Amino acid sequence: MTTEPAALASEPETATAPVADTTDSTVTLQVWRGDPDGGAFAEYSLPANEGEVVLDVVHRLQAGPAPDLACRWNCKAGKCGSCSAEINGRPRLMCMTRVDELPPGPITVAPMRTFPIIRDLVTDVSFNFAMAKLVPAFSPPPPPAEGYRMQQIDVERGQEFRKCIECFMCQDVCHVIRDHEENKPAYAGPRFFIRIAELEMHPLDTNDRRDLVRQQMGLGMCNITKCCTEVCPEHIKITDNAIIPMKERVVDADFDPVGWLGRKILRRSKTSPTETAAISAYPGPSPSAPAG
Amino acid sequence: MATVEKATVSPVTIGGTRGGPDQPTVRKDRWWLQPVVTATVLTSFVVYATWAAFVNKDYYVGATEHRDLISPFYSPCLAGSCVPGSHPHIVLSQWMISPAILILIVPLGFRLTCYYYRRAYYRSFWLSPPNCAVADAHGSYSGETRFPLILQNVHRWFFYLGLILNVILTIDAVVSYNQPGIGIGVTVGSLVLTVNAVLLWCYSLSCHSCRHLCGGQVRSFAKHPIRYRLWKFVTPLNAHHMNFAWASLVFVALTDLYVRLVASGTITDFRLF
Repeated sequence: MTTEPAALASEPETATAPVADTTDSTVTLQVWRGDPDGGAFAEYSLPANEGEVVLDVVHRLQAGPAPDLACRWNCKAGKCGSCSAEINGRPRLMCMTRVDELPPGPITVAPMRTFPIIRDLVTDVSFNFAMAKLVPAFSPPPPPAEGYRMQQIDVERGQEFRKCIECFMCQDVCHVIRDHEENKPAYAGPRFFIRIAELEMHPLDTNDRRDLVRQQMGLGMCNITKCCTEVCPEHIKITDNAIIPMKERVVDADFDPVGWLGRKILRRSKTSPTETAAISAYPGPSPSAPAG
Repeated sequence: MATVEKATVSPVTIGGTRGGPDQPTVRKDRWWLQPVVTATVLTSFVVYATWAAFVNKDYYVGATEHRDLISPFYSPCLAGSCVPGSHPHIVLSQWMISPAILILIVPLGFRLTCYYYRRAYYRSFWLSPPNCAVADAHGSYSGETRFPLILQNVHRWFFYLGLILNVILTIDAVVSYNQPGIGIGVTVGSLVLTVNAVLLWCYSLSCHSCRHLCGGQVRSFAKHPIRYRLWKFVTPLNAHHMNFAWASLVFVALTDLYVRLVASGTITDFRLF
């Protein structure tokens, strides 16, 4: 646990990091300092600079009073998705959160709650990469003689989902795993629901992932509280354009009596002739992963 | 030289120690306001609708008042106990309790399984979660994977039935412009019924199931141009589904209240022209 008095913390900062536009006001950050053994908020006060984002202040902390503060960042432009944190209790990108747009008073900066902490503001997000491996890849049919053709309206449909920068804030805020760690092995999360939706809406894809997303990836666990959409820095309509359409596709397959009757009469499978049920290739959650 | 092919994936860590304070939320804003307002409005509506459904009177203004106004809670009035003039030719003569009970199952089911209302009441009543980044109030969670919540998947069936009700309420609105003994004219009541029907259509057509059935379920828009156009039509409506949900909910109660006040003689349905 590292806690420094605010007054003490601000002294080296003014000496080591000259600021372009200082005012009489100060910005106070309560930053989570800790590791898997424990931690606490440490408070730092620095002179406020006009137009700064939270990541700027964190960098000034690293340059001054807290040189050992661990923080993951990269582009500082809201495009790499590295600096996700919980600012005043809400998942946000530190590089896109202006200090002057936050309410007056100390600003709390904590690591993402859903993932195990490594140190300070850095978390282990490998859960997401493990889930990413489980999504069956794009699987086009053999190319026709004239090559693949795709209309612009079909191209545009999936573009929204491709804006995802994998900041994993949607995963962080999703209460299914945020508040219930035991659900992690059976719940892929919003980021991978949009990946699956993107593939399911691709006219050239031949995988049918409906059973997979329902039975193994926990689509039914989502209760549509839309927090993923609220925190998405790319403003992807995760719930309306990906999760609910996927839920409706699951209804098509499993909860639609008219569809079921139609398939019986027409002797059709719920998977179209050009599709392959993706669930057969699903390896399941890692048996080595503890459930709790 | 390391290559992607040679890379090994680290096993995922589940159950590791989390960072941040061990408290329900660090949020400092008034995150509780939204669930409180939602719970208040929904509770008010449920209380009013329950009372209106069971009171079984003052739901129809008929020919004696030179009007043809029926409350949306009681239309179509299918029970044997319906006020003369309020019911169609098909009547369940053995059903003697409030006819509203027969009708309200459909809008109740439609709204209860609606994707927007699910969000609203999961947050405000079930506190799962009360708001974003605020801890779930329950120790365990299985979402909509088990009975009874797996029944949320029947939403589209209530959507179909709701469309039938919308047609009937639209007919009610059109019929209300013909005042018996006077002729065709516009009254405040007929306008109220019209606005109510329009809002209910907006709510139904902006429904996520409607959007899916119109064209969302196809893999290729290019191969289904008509469904693509339908999807393009309902998608902007869908973006306002929450607004239509609230507006139609409040207005359907106000419509019932207006008809009730006119039917009970408390106010007069003013004829505009």
